[in-house]
Amino acid sequence: MRITTTVNGTEHEVDDVWPGESLLYVLRERMGLPGSKNACEQGECGSCTVYLDGEPVCSCLVAAGQAVGREVITVEGLATEGQLHPLQQAFVECGAVQCGFCTPGLLVAAHDLLARVPGPSELEIREALAGNLCRCTGYEKILDAVRLAADRQAQA
Amino acid sequence: MSTDTGTRITATTTAGRVGDSPLRPDGTLKVTGEFAYASDLWHDDMVWGVTLRSPHPHARIRGIDITEALTVAGVTAVLTADDVPGENAFGLEHADQPVLAAEFVRYEGEPVALVAADHPETARRAAQRIRVDYEVLPAVTDPRRAMDDDAPAVHRPGNLVRHLPLRRGNPAARAPVVVSLDFEVGMQDQAFLGPESGLAVPAEDGGVDLYVATQWLHVDQRQICLALGMPPEKVRLHLAGVGGAFGGREDLSVHVHACLLALRTGRPVKMSYGREESFFGHVHRHPAWMTYEFGAERDGSLVYARARTVLDGGAYASSTAAVVGNAGTLGLGPYRIPNVTVDAYGVFTNNPPCGAMRGFGCVQTAFAYEALMDELAAAVGLDPVEIRLLNGMREGDTNITGQVVDSAAPVAELLQIVRDMPMPPPADTSDIRACPGAVCNTTHGEGVVRGVGYSVTYKNVGFSEGFDDFSTARVRLEMAGGEAVATVHTAAAEVGQGLITVQQQICRTELGVERVVVHPTNTAVGSSGSTSASRQTYVTGGAVKAACEAVRAVVLARAALFLERPAAELGLDGEKIVGASGEVLTGLAEVLGDDAVEETVEYRHRPTHAVDPETGQGAAHVQFAFSAHRAVVDVDVELGLVKVIALDTAQDVGKAINPDAVVGQIHGGSAQGMGLALMEEIVVTDGHVRNPSFTDYLIPTILDMPSMQVKVLEYADPHAPYGVRGVGEPPTISSGPAVAAAIRAATGKPLRRVPIRPEHITGT
Repeated sequence: MRITTTVNGTEHEVDDVWPGESLLYVLRERMGLPGSKNACEQGECGSCTVYLDGEPVCSCLVAAGQAVGREVITVEGLATEGQLHPLQQAFVECGAVQCGFCTPGLLVAAHDLLARVPGPSELEIREALAGNLCRCTGYEKILDAVRLAADRQAQA
Repeated sequence: MSTDTGTRITATTTAGRVGDSPLRPDGTLKVTGEFAYASDLWHDDMVWGVTLRSPHPHARIRGIDITEALTVAGVTAVLTADDVPGENAFGLEHADQPVLAAEFVRYEGEPVALVAADHPETARRAAQRIRVDYEVLPAVTDPRRAMDDDAPAVHRPGNLVRHLPLRRGNPAARAPVVVSLDFEVGMQDQAFLGPESGLAVPAEDGGVDLYVATQWLHVDQRQICLALGMPPEKVRLHLAGVGGAFGGREDLSVHVHACLLALRTGRPVKMSYGREESFFGHVHRHPAWMTYEFGAERDGSLVYARARTVLDGGAYASSTAAVVGNAGTLGLGPYRIPNVTVDAYGVFTNNPPCGAMRGFGCVQTAFAYEALMDELAAAVGLDPVEIRLLNGMREGDTNITGQVVDSAAPVAELLQIVRDMPMPPPADTSDIRACPGAVCNTTHGEGVVRGVGYSVTYKNVGFSEGFDDFSTARVRLEMAGGEAVATVHTAAAEVGQGLITVQQQICRTELGVERVVVHPTNTAVGSSGSTSASRQTYVTGGAVKAACEAVRAVVLARAALFLERPAAELGLDGEKIVGASGEVLTGLAEVLGDDAVEETVEYRHRPTHAVDPETGQGAAHVQFAFSAHRAVVDVDVELGLVKVIALDTAQDVGKAINPDAVVGQIHGGSAQGMGLALMEEIVVTDGHVRNPSFTDYLIPTILDMPSMQVKVLEYADPHAPYGVRGVGEPPTISSGPAVAAAIRAATGKPLRRVPIRPEHITGT
């Protein structure tokens, strides 16, 4: 089947999609956007988190057909005009990235948090990111990064 | 095609020398989604490979019929054991595992056949149409029975992989105070997030290029060559982006399979496991059954220790023998014990194969000796820190294998540091997210009891017991665009830990240049050994340092001729040739001209030695690394729910090459140890894995993991480059026992098994 979806502001049209394919698979394997990650494909790890019409979702749990005509934003869409988003910058600066496989999903989830809750408390950050598994960092520097980005957002 | 971008580092301007904390050069690529992990690779005419695996823990294969699978539209190849051109065997230490099962399958999930097709779902469906005729055989699933005379043999001649006996002092020693316990540790999974993946590309010379996520390219290459019947120059490995490893990528996964399919189809083949397959596709941490006894004077001083440890190696040897080596030689912790009797066993069963995971044989035993140390403290009326201060190892002590610990052994200082760190405030019951059970709304503080626990451990760094543990580095220095550029080329796997940053820092320090390019990691340079055993900063760091020194010597020799001064008076810094007092004599550009200076060096640490097979005595290890943890937990004793409130730690790292990255390793390692104490277990019943998913195999989330206080000590090891001491593993060893101790302190329950489940606490 044909899938037409707007991803990061650009309309993508792909053909011959098998109806069982997930949005994640189509993004990664058909649209050339492998930034969203395939750590579990069970809806448990959050590494594939993208915005679907402004809502963060696990793209591995969304059938590609459900994304037709809708707007998707992936980690590749967070930076603007070659400038890292403050969250991306903070993740790099704080050492929140080790292997980095969880990073794209965490960035989208944290991006959503900061859009909803400016200056979140520690428990608010932890609750919002509880669906994103990281195996390398023990989360401490991820917390640091979200707090740093929130502070910078507040000062901006 | 994006296959060569996995580890190419484009941002080369990162500043920072040894002791600084420059940012990782791949950070920007990783936050923008552009970093090419193994599962991201793509080739325009590639096909997908999938694996058919055994549903039985033990069976004889009577026959395999692939006819129906071959008829599926889109399928380009179906392969079985008959299609393995070389030797149908691989393995890290012993080539005992078939590439594809031929006569027997020995564990659930063992690869039996391969399919390549134009779509992964087509390949999966075709694999289901392969008819395998199995004769199911009795399975050995209890490792404690595997050595019995009447147990079925998983392999000939029997089920013992290794027995390490260790005898020191008087085996009949007696003591006035005796404590003992049995302890059991469940099977932990590395649970790296990036699934096993690779892309094999057939080459015009009849060979193959494999882009793969791994921990040691050259040991992979050796095994792949054996299976393919090809020389190394035809089997070229390239490190693709690695999404974590933790030991789980030491053994082969997709490697040979992808190459076989690529060579058969003549097309690039991508293989990428899903999470469920990943649980079957790599080895796990050995579950362990341990019986420990301490004898002590009435003041708590240890007189003797006796320990028996059985590790379930599963169906194939993998690195079980080396894990047994650690469980034996390091199995009594960083304590002074004059009389020792240890027996460590690794056995074959029909359970999933077990091998390397962060902590490597030291994690399991630490739970036992630390629980027993607390038991001894209670028996003699000391607190947990006092008993450890009394018995803790010191520099110059002789350990239980007779090896002198010849650099810092700050057991007492580490314990005192964690003991004296600020305690967390009392339980905050105003927000249920801070309570055990959190938003499940199970308590607002009722039934919640706080407990504190301590643990201290030590671990060998690098490969032990006489292994030729070396690393190779090639460093090139040249002028490019008016700027000096150093290029460092190794085969050492960056798996997330930050080795590429460390390589840049060392080059900057030794060559005095700003710009350092890390060459893509591949087998076009000699082996760097494994990214494991906390060894790469030490060993590959040592190789990079040595290669830089060799380059510098050549440059300064040239400068000496040019300047008509002795080379010994010259130095290299800031792209200048400097004199003894730092004065600039000439520019590097003037000395180098259009030439490049390139040197390749193999670096070896001090040799280690095999232990005596009957007594376990010998200088088995090159270096020891020490860490201590203090855990504070709140336990809802009515429901058995645990909230870790604090997990504070101190560790001696010798020299922190990159202090921020060191702390990151300590955070992450601590989380994995905590996970084993509280939640992480592959549940295996009758040889079947019951929970191969992140739904049922739980790893700590950001809600589970507390913030940590971390104190890093830097007592240089005079034998190691820059004085470094391995960092990655100790935190995974000492964090879990501290958490378990804290829960015992809160509940008063013995809790002799990890992970500690709610029902163990409630007794229901």
